Amino acid sequence: MPKPHLALVLAVLAALGISHFSDRIDPYHLDVLIGIGINIILAVSLNLVNGYTGQFSLGHAGFMSVGAYGSAAVSMNLATRLLGDEGGTATQQFTLFLGALLVGGTCAALAGLLVGVPSLRLKGDYLALVTLGFGEIIRVVFQNVEFLGGALGLNGIPAYTTIFWVLSFVALTIFVVYCLVNSTYGRGFLATRDDEIASEAVGLNTTRYKIVAFVIGAFFAGIAGGLYGHFKLTITPTGFDFTKSIEIVVMVILGGMGNTLGVVLAAILLTLLPEVLRPVAEYRMVIYSFLLIVLMLARPQGLFNFRMPFGKKGSTS
Amino acid sequence: MSEFLQQLLNGLSLGAIYALIALGYTMVYGVLRFINFAHSDVFMVGAFIGYYVGRLLPEGTLWGGLIVFIVAMLGCALLGVTIERLAYRRLRGSPTLNVLITAIGVSLLLEYSGQVFFGAAPRTFPAIIPVKNFNLGGLVISTNQLAVIVVTALLVLALQFIVYRTKMGTAMRAVSLNPKAAQLVGVNIDVVISFTFALGSALAAAGGILYALNYPSIDPLMGVMPGLKAFVAAILGGIGNIPGAALGGLVLGTVETFVNGSQWSTYKDAIAFAILIIILLFRPAGLLGKFTVEKV
Amino acid sequence: MTLASLLVRPLSLVVACALVASSSFATDEGPIKIGHYGSLTGKDAAFGVATRKGVLLAIEELNAKGGVLGRQLEYVVEDIQSKQGESATAVKKLISRQKVAVVIGANASANSLEAAPICQNAKIPMMAISSTAPKVTEIGNYIFRICFIDPFQGAVLAKFAHDSLHAKRVALLTSNNSPYSVGLSNVFRARFKALGGEIVAEQKYVEGDKDFRAQLTAIRAAKPDVIAATGFYTEAALICIQARSLGLDVPVIGGDGWEAPQLVELGGQAVEGTYYSTYFSADNNAPEVMDFVERYQKRWNNEKPEGVSALGYDAVYLIVDAMKKIGTTDGPKLRDAIAATKDFPGVTGRTTLDAHRNSEKAAVMLVVKNGRTEFFQSVTP
Repeated sequence: MPKPHLALVLAVLAALGISHFSDRIDPYHLDVLIGIGINIILAVSLNLVNGYTGQFSLGHAGFMSVGAYGSAAVSMNLATRLLGDEGGTATQQFTLFLGALLVGGTCAALAGLLVGVPSLRLKGDYLALVTLGFGEIIRVVFQNVEFLGGALGLNGIPAYTTIFWVLSFVALTIFVVYCLVNSTYGRGFLATRDDEIASEAVGLNTTRYKIVAFVIGAFFAGIAGGLYGHFKLTITPTGFDFTKSIEIVVMVILGGMGNTLGVVLAAILLTLLPEVLRPVAEYRMVIYSFLLIVLMLARPQGLFNFRMPFGKKGSTS
Repeated sequence: MSEFLQQLLNGLSLGAIYALIALGYTMVYGVLRFINFAHSDVFMVGAFIGYYVGRLLPEGTLWGGLIVFIVAMLGCALLGVTIERLAYRRLRGSPTLNVLITAIGVSLLLEYSGQVFFGAAPRTFPAIIPVKNFNLGGLVISTNQLAVIVVTALLVLALQFIVYRTKMGTAMRAVSLNPKAAQLVGVNIDVVISFTFALGSALAAAGGILYALNYPSIDPLMGVMPGLKAFVAAILGGIGNIPGAALGGLVLGTVETFVNGSQWSTYKDAIAFAILIIILLFRPAGLLGKFTVEKV
Repeated sequence: MTLASLLVRPLSLVVACALVASSSFATDEGPIKIGHYGSLTGKDAAFGVATRKGVLLAIEELNAKGGVLGRQLEYVVEDIQSKQGESATAVKKLISRQKVAVVIGANASANSLEAAPICQNAKIPMMAISSTAPKVTEIGNYIFRICFIDPFQGAVLAKFAHDSLHAKRVALLTSNNSPYSVGLSNVFRARFKALGGEIVAEQKYVEGDKDFRAQLTAIRAAKPDVIAATGFYTEAALICIQARSLGLDVPVIGGDGWEAPQLVELGGQAVEGTYYSTYFSADNNAPEVMDFVERYQKRWNNEKPEGVSALGYDAVYLIVDAMKKIGTTDGPKLRDAIAATKDFPGVTGRTTLDAHRNSEKAAVMLVVKNGRTEFFQSVTP
């Protein structure tokens, strides 16, 4: 993608344009689009951790929930105080929402740091399980914190999410991840994934790269969580359990770990599929899981990946 | 004091179920070095086989219960071998991440197919062994709880016997130490792996039935939480170590029960994961395991 | 100026008009669409399916008599599959794609809480069926409920425990991740204490838990007269079984979340002699109830109607009653008409919608006897 900065500006302008015509679009379709956008942000941010840095994280939904709760806490508590009962002008809402999202993202990033530092010494299966464990712990903690609604969750979050916000952040996330990975610094991520020991041997601080990937991935997951919260207007801890984490992981695998375009396409496909399959909703998950198995057996590099299969061969002996 | 003893008993019976499931995880990991995520769903299938068979037989008879156990264990052994053959065999030698993901896929497939075939609403498990409650001076224990403890103890002993006193067991240990070398001395890897899966799945089935006896409401997603906790138990005891899995199960079950009875009962799920994280960070070999250095 | 540019202005005006016209909500011709969202599959299916039967019966009866305002009623349903997050999507679909005039649902308060903001923003009246948490109708003035609220139900249970069961010491067991259960427990605690009773133990669990022995052992040590389990039937049945096996033979009571055929199927002997509060008893020998039960059994294979079936039935009739009064299905006007309902003669009792859009009606206590639920007494706090 040449001149990524230009692409970003164009994308934001396009988002503005689309949102201008958003009242012409069927509200149901608009909702699906917003859902797709949120899933793209989640998948692309996880791809940075799983795909580009090779760290198998199964707790991404936990970071999403931290962002959702963080941003909702900000907007719910400050909305009436700062904007009054009317809701304030568009600019005021804009700044409040942006602030809330950034707070949510930062909290998620901090959570990423907290989880990353101890976990990233572990490898493969163990890392996957520890991240899963952390995701579950985050869920249980939220279930017990009364000030954040406890098990009942938060209700009545202001409906700030629009297609403009979602598309802009989609563009931003892809921009950041793309630029990061294709920079000189970013080679470190790929090196860490390909051969950690060799990378350490040539002086790369792989631990630092892993943590950076984790924190950035968590930040964007937090943003996605904030967008999600202000879209669904209700969030509960059980909505962010490890089933959700696995859904995001499936998108990354389907797209091809370490392939941003593939992951975006996979996120779109896997958000549309449940809606399309709604009439046969019972069978949707059966088909889903069956596809996952077939994929790993037949095409482990992902559906949309046209490069070499990833990973070392014959690593167990 | 009697409350403490009662809670301890509750903890041990819960722990015994975790131990049974953990044994399956630990064996497969010991031989194949990967976490079989689908194990918890084999546990669920065992409970459902028990449900269907149990409804055909008269309730509350000991021989009826025995038949249910045997049929379920055989059925799940078959299931385990089939899964290995179809899904995992082709991935031997692939990066462990790929196999892990496939295992997740199999687990999800079993869960959601279960929801389609059995319906997602919970069902009542029949009382396949005679139900009685014994009251020993304030301490209550039911025949179901007794069954758990007895069956688990028997199966652990049987497993130890198989692994250390039979030819197949020696072959299993050989494969877990060094698969290539084992092949060189004439061990048929495919047979050993199939046998390991069959054994582990049979144990899961037994665990499923015992679980269903004590908590008679079964549904296709019943294996998820117990499976995760049993996995934590396996790691706690030292993954790959059979007595370790049993110990880990008992410890986890007891800790969880005491937390459940305290004012922090809603944190009990988090406790299991907190233990997992602490163990992996500070003593990854587990309580009874040996720490092996990973060579380049 | 080219031909194209000449045409652009008027053409876009036409297109815009067409789009605006097609995006209006309820239409004035064709069938009146009644939307229903609930769990038809999954672990909560017992409630959703029973509600559906009541709603369908009402719609079919009304259509057989010629429909409403000269139009037939059409039943549109969205299954939320007992999942979180689905209610919002289901309701959005009903409103924007199906263009329903009114939304009925849901059963669990958690689901109604999700969907209510959407109905409120779209100005489509929503009638919750068995969501008893007060917060539901507080979301907006388009949100109603056909059942009583937990402050009422909690008071009923407290009074029953104190006056009828003569309990002085009660142990409370709450399902911590259900807004319904937490709310009900809070009210029960306050009311029971106000009546002079004592809450000797309080334990919590989460939905999906199977093992309550730890909590019950702690409760046993506190020696209660009665145990109040304010969650849903799956856990309630297991609680009763485990309580009995631990030697806890005291009465166990609960709220309307207990009502499902699986309570007895799962609980067996252990739930004999337990009580729970609900809005309807099929044994009630008032003529309109017996008549309803007969018609329900004829339609649905001799099954007896559940409380939620009766509520669904009443919901349809109440809404239709309002529609007939004002002669239209227009959202805002319909809302006002529903809000003004007084003394509506439903099978669940005479219903008046109060200032908070909640239904005022009596509650009944059912007892489990000989493997079935029976009417025990009617309670007003």
